[in-house]
Amino acid sequence: MLDAKIPDGPIEDLWDNHRFSMKLVNPNNKRKFEIIIVGTGLAGASAAATLGELGYNVKVFTFHDTPRRAHSIAAQGGINAAKNYRGDGDSVFRLFYDTVKGGDYRSREANVYRLAQVSTNIIDQCVAQGVPFAREYGGLLDTRSFGGAQVSRTFYARGQTGQQLLLGAYQQMMRQVEAGTVRLYRRSEMLEVVVVEGRAVGIVVRDLITGEITRHSGHAVVLATGGYSNAFYLSTNAKASNASAVWRAHRKGALFGNPCYTQIHPTCIPPSDDHQSKLTLMSESLRNDGRIWVPNEAGDNRSPDEIPESDRDYYLERKYPAFGNLVPRDVASRNAKMMVDQGKGVGLRNNGVYLDFGDAVGRLGAPAIKERYGNLFDMYERITGEDPYQVPMRIYPAPHYTMGGLWVDYNLMTTVPGLFAAGEANFSDHGANRLGASALMQGLADGYFVLPYTIGDYLAPLLGSKPVPTGHPEFVAAHNDVTARVDHLLGVGGTRSVDWYHRELGKILWEYCGMARNSTGLEKALSEIPALREEFHSNVRVLGENETYNQSLEKAGRVADFFELAELMCHDALHREESCGGHFREESQTEEGEALRDDENYAYVAAWEYRGVGNRPRLHREDLDFEHVKLSQRSYK
Amino acid sequence: MDLTLHVWRQPGPDAPGQFETYEATGITGEMSFLEMLDVVNERLIEEGREPIAFDHDCREGICGSCGFMIDGQAHGPQRGTAACQLHMRLYNDGDEIWIEPFRASAFPVVRDLAVNRTAFDHIVQAGGYVSQATGSAPDANLIPVPKPDADLAMDAASCIACGACVAACPNGAAQLYTAAKLAHLNLMPQGEPERYVRVERMVDTMEDYFGSCTNMGECEVACPKEISIDFIAMLNKDYRKAKFRGGTSQANTR
Repeated sequence: MLDAKIPDGPIEDLWDNHRFSMKLVNPNNKRKFEIIIVGTGLAGASAAATLGELGYNVKVFTFHDTPRRAHSIAAQGGINAAKNYRGDGDSVFRLFYDTVKGGDYRSREANVYRLAQVSTNIIDQCVAQGVPFAREYGGLLDTRSFGGAQVSRTFYARGQTGQQLLLGAYQQMMRQVEAGTVRLYRRSEMLEVVVVEGRAVGIVVRDLITGEITRHSGHAVVLATGGYSNAFYLSTNAKASNASAVWRAHRKGALFGNPCYTQIHPTCIPPSDDHQSKLTLMSESLRNDGRIWVPNEAGDNRSPDEIPESDRDYYLERKYPAFGNLVPRDVASRNAKMMVDQGKGVGLRNNGVYLDFGDAVGRLGAPAIKERYGNLFDMYERITGEDPYQVPMRIYPAPHYTMGGLWVDYNLMTTVPGLFAAGEANFSDHGANRLGASALMQGLADGYFVLPYTIGDYLAPLLGSKPVPTGHPEFVAAHNDVTARVDHLLGVGGTRSVDWYHRELGKILWEYCGMARNSTGLEKALSEIPALREEFHSNVRVLGENETYNQSLEKAGRVADFFELAELMCHDALHREESCGGHFREESQTEEGEALRDDENYAYVAAWEYRGVGNRPRLHREDLDFEHVKLSQRSYK
Repeated sequence: MDLTLHVWRQPGPDAPGQFETYEATGITGEMSFLEMLDVVNERLIEEGREPIAFDHDCREGICGSCGFMIDGQAHGPQRGTAACQLHMRLYNDGDEIWIEPFRASAFPVVRDLAVNRTAFDHIVQAGGYVSQATGSAPDANLIPVPKPDADLAMDAASCIACGACVAACPNGAAQLYTAAKLAHLNLMPQGEPERYVRVERMVDTMEDYFGSCTNMGECEVACPKEISIDFIAMLNKDYRKAKFRGGTSQANTR
């Protein structure tokens, strides 16, 4: 049984009391501590900026050419905050409640409550940085609504909220680089965590341009390296997004929480051919005005304008009259899959469903639709060559976000003391399904307002201790492991490219551990993945050498780690014999085909311990108590 | 469709480079330009030749990683479009395409089509921020910001730092990039207190790395986010004012 170290007391006061009881580091002593941060997305950059301001010595690592390219930049919709500027009944408690419910009752109440509390500070902070949020004509902040909420609490900057928030954090971090408190390492990929006497004391890094492998020592290590949707190969994540940092930490003893909780976003552009390299998200907001439908009959290949109303099935409106096209992400995704599986898919490859703006254009006029969604329509047209004002969009679900990640306690510390995980890299706040506009909130909450306190509490007793010298045998061993792995990948000399293997792995995962899972399929995946992994290690072709900018080599290391993680995802999905949020087990559904939870047996966090490649991982549990939100079956009928 | 590509290959920053010719066969209109390069790379790997190195990441036109010269134009022929969003349906069977890295002395070639754009970070580091510590912010609605100002700031802030403006400029100047960053912060009331310190520092740092602006306007045409050169006028005006105000010495607070 895992101890999440949740303080005692009423939930409203937990964080305040905890902040008071945590140990502090005197301002003059802060500079005696070295903190390593890996990743410069919202969580990493905001943590680096804040810890630098406090006076710590921070080393921050990014594999990009500049920290501002981290994938947080691509977030479109917005960021939630319980400001209640609209006076529409929002409150910290309501944001907390919506998030726990939206996560299908599989998150930790204390963490979610804290997230809702600090959400308001985040907006203040970002506005003070000069983030150009959308404004009303009176000059005050505008908000909009998002799925899973009945209040308007989402702050946004056009369709580029992630970009603007990341630039804010990046700028604050660069200010600390200028001040000398933060040292920035670009194009540097973390490939190993170093653990000495049970504590995380450093990392081993490869310079992506020169191939040089270096060791870095610190009093604490923070991983803010994002999620692992790219295990599926095709996802909405950026091409380089990967799981290597968290996987390396997992191999060194950090438990991995809920790996099977993956979010499949319903509105993405379907793949056009086998050369598709990634998928593009179309904002959830489109479902406000678009109507989703497929032809009544399977195999009806008429063009959409030739299909009369009577031959169309607006299946979400039919099945969920109360919520219609605005059902939550997991429900919308599953139903789209059901339609395509029944042969009703549309488009040349029959791999999508229509999202039709015909009615909305008729009702409101094209200019009003352009005002609302113009940039999305342009993006769609650029990618597909079709004009969505004239022809219905085609959409299909795609992997988008992973709720699972390194298990952390209330202080965001993993099971390895000194090793922290922030943002999407940890498992903490979203349970089995994340609500829209909550990822940005969590990344910044962790980096600006949680870690800077909890790291101090960890460091205070270490005052006077020097960082472990990089000549320590554990550093040498980790360094040698990295070198050996690089040499191995370059030396296989096989026949197939890294991308080929990645694509094949993705197909297995998508088929058996995607939107709907069952025990037969997962067993099959658990036999196919190891076989493919072994073939990869004996037949992959990585050309070139270590000492150059070798993108195939980078990819090979990441795909090797995805293979191992994919197996863990399947183990977790197989063991959780219930459906919840993004995890749908076909064996566990209601008569109407909805997700059926099993609170009796599965109201816990599954945290897995690594026991060697190919070996069955060991399960640890953190039981979840719901004292403030009543467990109930979600219904959207 | 079948295409002929002439691609700049250069093993490293100091090594000599040259164009190499590849046949890109069986390309479909649905592919993005980068997916077309993926296809070429897969075939190169099959033949035992090292793939073409190019930077890319989000492939949605927002991260700013990608970008190179396509037939002499930064990001290629389509206005307001980054290379990752350029699709092959714009091309015809039999076309020849010349692909080379962004050319600017401030952006040394890393390998093939990948360049080093760290100089952009140095400009931000010099003053592209509002100096305020985490936790010290007043309520977000305390200071109203007129919507037109916020919208204009957002226009400027949509810069993705890809470097197309520099690559397109005959002088290799970074005025549009720097002006966009300055306008974003200087148009917001939160950026006002450091406005003149900021402009002086960022422009002076810019000049350490980049060429001088002579109002050619090529940057605006190449910008995948269609950022207006009006922001450069704002930069010049503020820079002049800053110099008359006596420089950074009196306001050097950080």
